[in-house]
Amino acid sequence: MTALLLKGGRVVDPAGAGDGAFDVLIADGAIARVGRDLPVDGAEVLEIARDWIVAPGFIDIHVHLREPGQEYKETVASGTASAVAGGFTAVACMPNTEPVNDHAGITQFILKKAAEARRARVYPIGAVSIGSQGERLAELGEQKTAGCVAFSDDGRPVATALLMRRALEYAGMLRVPVIDHCEDPSLKGDGVAHEGYHASALGLPGIPSVAESLMVERDISLAELTSAHVHIAHMSARQSLRAVRAGKDRGVRVTCEVAPHHFTLTDDALDGPVKYDTNLKMNPPLREAADRDAMIEGIGDGSVDAIATDHAPHHADEKMLEFDRAPFGIVGLETAVPLVFDRLVHTGRITLARMVELLSVNPARIIGVPGGSLAEGQPADLTILAPDLPVTVRAAALASKSRNTPFDAWQLRGGVAATVVGGRIVYQNPDAR
Amino acid sequence: MTARTMERTDHTGAPAASRLRSRHLLGIAGLEADEITLILDTAEAMKEIGTRPIKKVPTLRGRTVVNLFFEPSTRTRTSFEIAEKRLSADTLSIATATSSVTKGETLVDTVRNLEAMAPDMIVTRHPSSGAPHLLSRVCRSAIINAGDGTHEHPTQALLDAFTIRQHKGRLAGLKVAIVGDLLHSRVLRSNALLLTTMGAEVWGCGPATLMPAGIDRLGLHPTTSVDEAVEGADVVMLLRIQHERMHGHFFPSVREYFALFGMTSERLRRASGNVIIMHPGPMNRGVEIDSDVADGPYSVILEQVSNGVAVRMAVLYLLAGRDEMAEEGPP
Repeated sequence: MTALLLKGGRVVDPAGAGDGAFDVLIADGAIARVGRDLPVDGAEVLEIARDWIVAPGFIDIHVHLREPGQEYKETVASGTASAVAGGFTAVACMPNTEPVNDHAGITQFILKKAAEARRARVYPIGAVSIGSQGERLAELGEQKTAGCVAFSDDGRPVATALLMRRALEYAGMLRVPVIDHCEDPSLKGDGVAHEGYHASALGLPGIPSVAESLMVERDISLAELTSAHVHIAHMSARQSLRAVRAGKDRGVRVTCEVAPHHFTLTDDALDGPVKYDTNLKMNPPLREAADRDAMIEGIGDGSVDAIATDHAPHHADEKMLEFDRAPFGIVGLETAVPLVFDRLVHTGRITLARMVELLSVNPARIIGVPGGSLAEGQPADLTILAPDLPVTVRAAALASKSRNTPFDAWQLRGGVAATVVGGRIVYQNPDAR
Repeated sequence: MTARTMERTDHTGAPAASRLRSRHLLGIAGLEADEITLILDTAEAMKEIGTRPIKKVPTLRGRTVVNLFFEPSTRTRTSFEIAEKRLSADTLSIATATSSVTKGETLVDTVRNLEAMAPDMIVTRHPSSGAPHLLSRVCRSAIINAGDGTHEHPTQALLDAFTIRQHKGRLAGLKVAIVGDLLHSRVLRSNALLLTTMGAEVWGCGPATLMPAGIDRLGLHPTTSVDEAVEGADVVMLLRIQHERMHGHFFPSVREYFALFGMTSERLRRASGNVIIMHPGPMNRGVEIDSDVADGPYSVILEQVSNGVAVRMAVLYLLAGRDEMAEEGPP
């Protein structure tokens, strides 16, 4: 393969070269050199606009690829196409497929599909328990050998404190985190929206914030006991963030992620012109302004480690149901970067360096995979961003198979120009040239 | 008290609207005070039809109205059917058991198949909050909400308001106490919206476990004390307690519920001298209401039922004839 030289952009690489007008030379799928005015020397040149950002590839550590079993919603191929269109060079996929990924054979299947698709890297997350039923530990050791980077029963919480303890001890031995979907089932009940005024006014059963924070507190205590790493998935409530901060202060190995809809939307959105819009139904639900503001604050002050989309594709037929019957979830891979730019960077809440930490450096560290920096020898996974690109979200034009987004027709500033994986340009935005 | 002394304006003194603004009745939430007054005024004229020997007018002749009920209901469904027939509409009632929902057809497909037969209006009751809203987005027919989940039951609130107005001459300034399972009640939500829109002071009373979040933002004065709620009340409305709620740890037993919240004659002594007792039905005697009270001199429960037909006739009439409303007035 010829060398590839990215010339002219602004590198933002907080864990490596720093911030500056650097060129990036890529050879044999890896970063060869980062420096000013590198000689071309026969390399293929990719001209980067001066105001575009060249960053280490973004990694979304919470994605549902739906394959095996639910290919009508998404496949590894369509999901990774959506990922690279969203600027992500890698995704970690959750195990709530059909069958659940609780066995090395399924992990191998997913990796095979990812290799065939040749777009984003895929890091499978294996189930903690068989079928994610919460009764018996899955073969975590075999799963790690097969390629799993973390374990989760996502879709559900890890069922009991004892199972969570054992999972943390066992996964800790394997040096792999447990990712928990924090939710007390008895408090969640049949809830479908955040317990508060809007759910009450609409006659929707509520999910109180404490359903999440209580489980976060449980998991932090268990991580403290076991000295293992727990990662809190899709955090949404300010009480959860408070618990995470307290845990970190005590030295507990807890990390957390927030999804873009939880730093953008609140349950006020339920009172919009389209009532009972199922594109506003996800779990955890959209919460109050104070929660959204707390998430933004945590993203800014370092208490939140990563932004992860919880990309949850659902077929249009499934979302065209009564609110309480529709499945939870929205897609997110292709709207994350514009929302981070528009709502966090351009509003001055975070710097570009912090954006790269949240989307690349920390995710790579949390799941223990290469990437997160453009240091020599690192895989040539890069996300090239156009920070002032006007972006109009079009649900009908998403690369994902599914269209379930609440952001359709939103006009945002900042988007993806191109995505490079292993030195190959896997996505170029036609609107960014 | 005659119809002529009824207040014809809302609490702001503005006159009744000349037509309804929306082509659907999805809830009280979409209605303004002048529209509520229009419906109540129209219902008075409709009530008169119920006193004639031949209880029929040709107003909706040739219109097709489908009653699509996904939840069992005797009272509301028959009330709508009678209302439709008195207006000479062609009516058809479909209950879930005989519909294709049991074959796994989605709500949207069920209604679209019905729509192929071009009904003018669909009256629907459904266990999911928001089902009528979904239908209004996929249907050409006008949708009337006959109760959706725990969200709203607009015609119930309208017939309740009609009943109150019949007895009190107005809605503004009255103290209304609503006692019962507030959390799961669509009757509560619709009544709270309507009565506060019309200037009444509404108190919501029940066990703390059955108080909706944000209840004060719904316009209610919340209290767990029946005595405080009933003190000086002009209207006391009881809501049904479902026995199944005991399984959700909402209250321990119907015995204790009755002891703490049941409406008895003794409790009623704190109310105003000409208090009226209301209940949307069906009643659980000895749970939320004592038989003495249900059958006593202050009870207007059976009047609510008969007013229901008149109010539903008014709603059907006003929605069916929206486009002609500008020129004519009520019959």
